[in-house]
Amino acid sequence: MVSNNISGEYEAVIGLEVHVQIRTRSKMFTRVPTGFGEPPNTLVDPVVLGLPGALPVMNKAALDAIILTGLMFECDIAPVCKWDRKNYFYPDSPKNYQISQYDMPICANGRVEIELPGPSRNVMGPHRHVRLTRIHLEEDVGKLNHFANDSLVDLNRAGTPLVEIVTEPDMHTADEVFAFLTALRQAMVAAGISDCDMEKGQMRCDANISVRPVGQQTLGTKVELKNLNSISGVRNGVDYEIRRQIAALQRGETIVQETRRFDMEALISTPMRTKEEAHDYRYFPDPDLMPVRVDQAWLDRLRARVPELAFDKQRRFFEQYKLPYTITSVLVPDRALSDWFEAAVDGHVERAQAIANWIVNDLLRELAATGQTLADCRIQPSHIAGLVEAQESGVISSKIAREVFAEMFQTGESAAEVIERKGLRQTSDTAELEKWCAEAIAGKPQSVADFKAGNEKAINAFKGPVMKASRGKANPKLVDEILRRMLAEM
Amino acid sequence: MPETRQIDIDYVARLARLALTDEEKALFSRQLADVLHYVEKLNEVDVDGVEPSAHAFEVVNVWQDDVPARPLPTEAALQNAPAVRDNMFVVPKVVDEA
Repeated sequence: MVSNNISGEYEAVIGLEVHVQIRTRSKMFTRVPTGFGEPPNTLVDPVVLGLPGALPVMNKAALDAIILTGLMFECDIAPVCKWDRKNYFYPDSPKNYQISQYDMPICANGRVEIELPGPSRNVMGPHRHVRLTRIHLEEDVGKLNHFANDSLVDLNRAGTPLVEIVTEPDMHTADEVFAFLTALRQAMVAAGISDCDMEKGQMRCDANISVRPVGQQTLGTKVELKNLNSISGVRNGVDYEIRRQIAALQRGETIVQETRRFDMEALISTPMRTKEEAHDYRYFPDPDLMPVRVDQAWLDRLRARVPELAFDKQRRFFEQYKLPYTITSVLVPDRALSDWFEAAVDGHVERAQAIANWIVNDLLRELAATGQTLADCRIQPSHIAGLVEAQESGVISSKIAREVFAEMFQTGESAAEVIERKGLRQTSDTAELEKWCAEAIAGKPQSVADFKAGNEKAINAFKGPVMKASRGKANPKLVDEILRRMLAEM
Repeated sequence: MPETRQIDIDYVARLARLALTDEEKALFSRQLADVLHYVEKLNEVDVDGVEPSAHAFEVVNVWQDDVPARPLPTEAALQNAPAVRDNMFVVPKVVDEA
């Protein structure tokens, strides 16, 4: 954890502005396709280019997505919202304004549940909520590529639907910021709103950070930290900035209100050059776009699409399946995996823990080893319960079960099919087991004496040879019973 | 509402990226002040109980389904650009990072 050493005399206060690209097929105000990594300026049209006479038309799917976002985070959804122009000159925005929402955002208030680090990775940490100020919808801008003597503009990204999520100054450590972004990303991915891949710029984060002496009510001077382009970058950047400000205060310096850029390689922040009037955006209502009215029927349709949030699912998994924290913390963040688990456990709730163990340990290991995803792997969710059942009823030993699982993973067969085909059924033929047990006892007189003298563990000396003779198929429970009976009779 | 604010013509010109002569500054200051003064007549209207609106028409929810259409060919998009390199618009090196 990076935040442990922060001085107890000062506390940091952090608010975030998070931009998330909505995964629509076409752009926010025109039907040009969205995309990443396409050749420059191939995803453009007169609206994106800001050509005279071009008019914007809203993308219905983007509106659905932001209202869904608001519903997930318990926001108040405005019955009416409008669009405003944010005016500034910068070549990433060819019409010299960005269409955004100023004083009537579509979502207000709301909150996001987060989990802070626990005492260890195996123990659930404390939960709390980070309050949201607002969420609004806007259009993304183009991308600038800087060279020694000029800059090149690619407008493929311009016009991509973008939600801006603004939090209250509610966080105090880099760990809280990390937990917030993790929770936000999980929810957005689970709802299918965005993939939130920070490397592709689908989620971007600016942090407003100030520090103050503990106990002081008024906020310190805030610094805006930009260029936090990965989740670990956010954590390192916020942590660095808190330390920098505390160190400055301790030296008797004052914090200057400014925008700083975090350098992900050097792990330091440096002031950014900004122009004085850069922040006079002269917002005014966009006359090209009519307002949005959200009625109850629309809200109801979207409410039906709100996914179960990760922490709600985790609480349900504790309750319904009696799973331990360590298992839920693997299953729950990955919606595909938790869905797979629930399909596997359907009708077999009493075996939920054993089924979850196979998924979290063996299935994930095999997927990682073969570079497959759940979607393309051959093993069926319903087959896991069959494997657990075969093991519990003594048809196969736990050692053979692993072999069966590996085979099921490769072929997509059920456990029963693998056991039959490979002849792995455990031997419960008493006569045969007795013969192997008698041979094992005869071969180890010293162990017989040890066992008779009260050394319980000596019995294990006979089990190895029996398993070897049966090629792993001897029923261990029966073998134990037979050995004890034979030894008692000696 | 106070009397018409004095217009800082230098600031407005800078925001609009306009280089004005002293004569133009004097002329536009007066014209802009006249415009604001004219619009302020609206302050005399009693609008208590009227919901603010950005539009004169009761039209809402003008949208399209999320179905992609064909983009403009890149050559057409770039054809009026003063300078092009690697299929991108060339602009003066940007110093303002915000």
